[in-house]
Amino acid sequence: MTYQDVSAFAQTYGLLYLFLLFVGMVIYALWPGNRKRFDAAAKIPLQED
Amino acid sequence: MIKHATIEKNSILLTVLVLVVVSIGGIVELAPLFYLESTIEKVEGMRPYSPLELSGRDIYVREGCYNCHSQMIRPLRDEAERYGHYSLAAESMYDHPFQWGSKRTGPDLARVGGRYSDEWHTAHMRDPRALVPESVMPGYPFLATTPLDSADIAAHLKANRMVGVPYTDEMIANAATDLAAQVDPDSDEMEALLARYPKAQVRDFDGNPEMISEMDALIAYMQMLGTLVDFGSYKAEGENLR
Amino acid sequence: MHILSMLMLALGAAATVTLALQASDGVMSFHAGLMALFFLAGIVLLHRRRSKWTGDEGYEDGIIRAGAIASTFWGVVGFLVGLVIALQLAFPVLNFDLPWTNFGRLRPLHTSAVIFAFGGNVLLMTSFHVVQRTCRARLAGGWAPWFVFWGYQLFIVMAATGYVLGVTQSKEYAEPEWYVDLWLTLVWVVYLLVFLGTLWKRREPHIYVANWFYLAFIVTVAMLHIINNLAVPVSWTGTQSYGLWAGVQDALTQWWYGHNAVGFFLTAGFLGIMYYYVPKRAERPIYSYRLSIVHFWSLIFLYIWAGPHHLHYTALPEWSQTLGMTFSIILWMPSWGGMVNGLMTLSGAWDKLRTDPVLRMMVVSLAFYGMSTFEGPLMAIKEVNALSHYTDWTIGHVHSGALGWVAFVSFGALYHIVPIMWARQRLYSMVLVNVHFWISTIGILLYITAMWVSGILQGLMWRAYDHLGFLEYSFVETVAAMHPFYVIRALGGLLFVIGSLVMTYNLWRTMRGDLRLEASPIPSAEPAPAMGAAS
Repeated sequence: MTYQDVSAFAQTYGLLYLFLLFVGMVIYALWPGNRKRFDAAAKIPLQED
Repeated sequence: MIKHATIEKNSILLTVLVLVVVSIGGIVELAPLFYLESTIEKVEGMRPYSPLELSGRDIYVREGCYNCHSQMIRPLRDEAERYGHYSLAAESMYDHPFQWGSKRTGPDLARVGGRYSDEWHTAHMRDPRALVPESVMPGYPFLATTPLDSADIAAHLKANRMVGVPYTDEMIANAATDLAAQVDPDSDEMEALLARYPKAQVRDFDGNPEMISEMDALIAYMQMLGTLVDFGSYKAEGENLR
Repeated sequence: MHILSMLMLALGAAATVTLALQASDGVMSFHAGLMALFFLAGIVLLHRRRSKWTGDEGYEDGIIRAGAIASTFWGVVGFLVGLVIALQLAFPVLNFDLPWTNFGRLRPLHTSAVIFAFGGNVLLMTSFHVVQRTCRARLAGGWAPWFVFWGYQLFIVMAATGYVLGVTQSKEYAEPEWYVDLWLTLVWVVYLLVFLGTLWKRREPHIYVANWFYLAFIVTVAMLHIINNLAVPVSWTGTQSYGLWAGVQDALTQWWYGHNAVGFFLTAGFLGIMYYYVPKRAERPIYSYRLSIVHFWSLIFLYIWAGPHHLHYTALPEWSQTLGMTFSIILWMPSWGGMVNGLMTLSGAWDKLRTDPVLRMMVVSLAFYGMSTFEGPLMAIKEVNALSHYTDWTIGHVHSGALGWVAFVSFGALYHIVPIMWARQRLYSMVLVNVHFWISTIGILLYITAMWVSGILQGLMWRAYDHLGFLEYSFVETVAAMHPFYVIRALGGLLFVIGSLVMTYNLWRTMRGDLRLEASPIPSAEPAPAMGAAS
């Protein structure tokens, strides 16, 4: 393994992996079906002292 | 797609996902260091520390010298002029742990070996401001009066061998005599010591032949820092990837 | 179960007593003795409190009270040691030429005391509080949380006394030696189990996002701690060891650890605090729960890559350096996302900032968080780092994060928790909170501005050339130029210490149940019934 191999891998598959991960995360956060669940979760801290 | 509620509701799954996500960065960054040529390159002249130097290094670590002194010269013009040739990965290959440091309250020490005399170091350690009035370094007068505890020096070499430093059986068997020989220029063991540890400097470092002190060990360590690789003949293999 | 616990404690006591008697150096003997005392005290406590630790009713709040006291105590200790070493740099005679008092041994004492003793206790305390309230379940494991609490204090005492006596493995923020590391690993695994166990028992369908941050903090710190501290001891009965990693591999492992100690201990953990206490104090839900999810995953994902920016221009391969720099810059985004999320929680309730100094403290902590997470990526750029690295600029940056963000959000949490946990109507004095806030804020500003100037000045002096093309300054000239800034820095530190003493007094009076008569119509520290605000 050389420096060039490592950096080539990082610049192609590495980038793709990061991008997909980010897209997945955003979809999860914005998925319409999740809205109710998130709203309910957001209120948890206000329930008890 | 994964059912979202599953992640959110299942603490084990959450734990595993966190672990996977945080592991990837570490693995991708750390693993190549064990294979890339520039980081495992062998450089002519590097050898394990002699027993006295290793003891001195232990004192360097114990007193926390790394808090104020780096041992890593960057390839910048001013650093090359101030401290010398930039540091190579190979120069710390036997350092468990590394002593690159992160702060220069005092100057870099990667190539301090041979820059000052033993007498200067001894006096400077005892009272830094006697020699350098503006210095903020603590004084270490107790090093000269504390005998070096070297009873288990062979065990230190053995532990180093277990983590990958190539100490031979012969080096371990002779650790105690090598340690004593390095502060005694009249010793019969000197040649054997130099054969095992080329370029080791043999003399009474603290000017007190009555006792092998912690000061002897620390100065022996400092005087060898950066002296092993001959940069007159060193050529980087291939392009410089550091 | 009871018999088994007793047996394990007895076994631990026997093993450590033996070790104390057989130890090959004095410090090991001393520390094994401390461990033996710990086990023996555990046996007595377990026997006397058996009934208390078997119930599953209500919340375990005793441990939160203990955590509040421990956090305050270690905070003051850590800040004081920081002041001492700041003064040593300004006036080196204060090193006293003794082994136990020199800067090299006291600096790790300061960093460990503030990060692990103060920060760690705040995290233990708040995580135990938040996880119980947001899960509506009592802490799992009976006596196990108490083992975590006292075991963690023992870790702190062994680490701290070890440094002073010269026991260190010299890896920054991971100085404790192998046996102390093993002890912490044990404590930490129990901590993880207690936390997970409580999540399993929850009576709430969702795991609130603050718990995600706490969980990531616990799991990741375990991983970092174990990998960075792998070592072979010179002798099983002695304190010293040699680390498994060497040279460049060790350097990256260490800064992968070091940076993520910042990322997961001092950031993720304290964001857990932010995500619970800011909404609680503002009496409204977090601005955007969706943003908090994106914040969480992107933060933990990006942080783990940023470590190499501590090693710019070193013998680390350039590829790693560039990777570390890139991720550090991207990291700016989620960091500010989190800050915005916290700040915007106050939208529609900004007036509370005028009346509630505790909330103000939390909000200013978020502002400092935003500032230092902007400065961090800037310093991770190689060209900037060439100037800033090895100088006081780094120290200033760390302290804007540590004092401004970590300590302030912790103070906010302490001020919020203490009246609730001691069932007091409100804090002893809101005026004193205000005093604390202003003294500390001025202290922080003095500190970081002094370090900015001294850091940039020294960096520039190191690389200055005269008209003949020679280096203009000798090293010691650059040291002498630092003196005034070191004095100002120490002054800033002194103010911060005074602020923490004001807090200690205020919290102590609150615990005693005293109320100071104060004219200003400040609302009670205890928030009104919260459902009203949420609906």
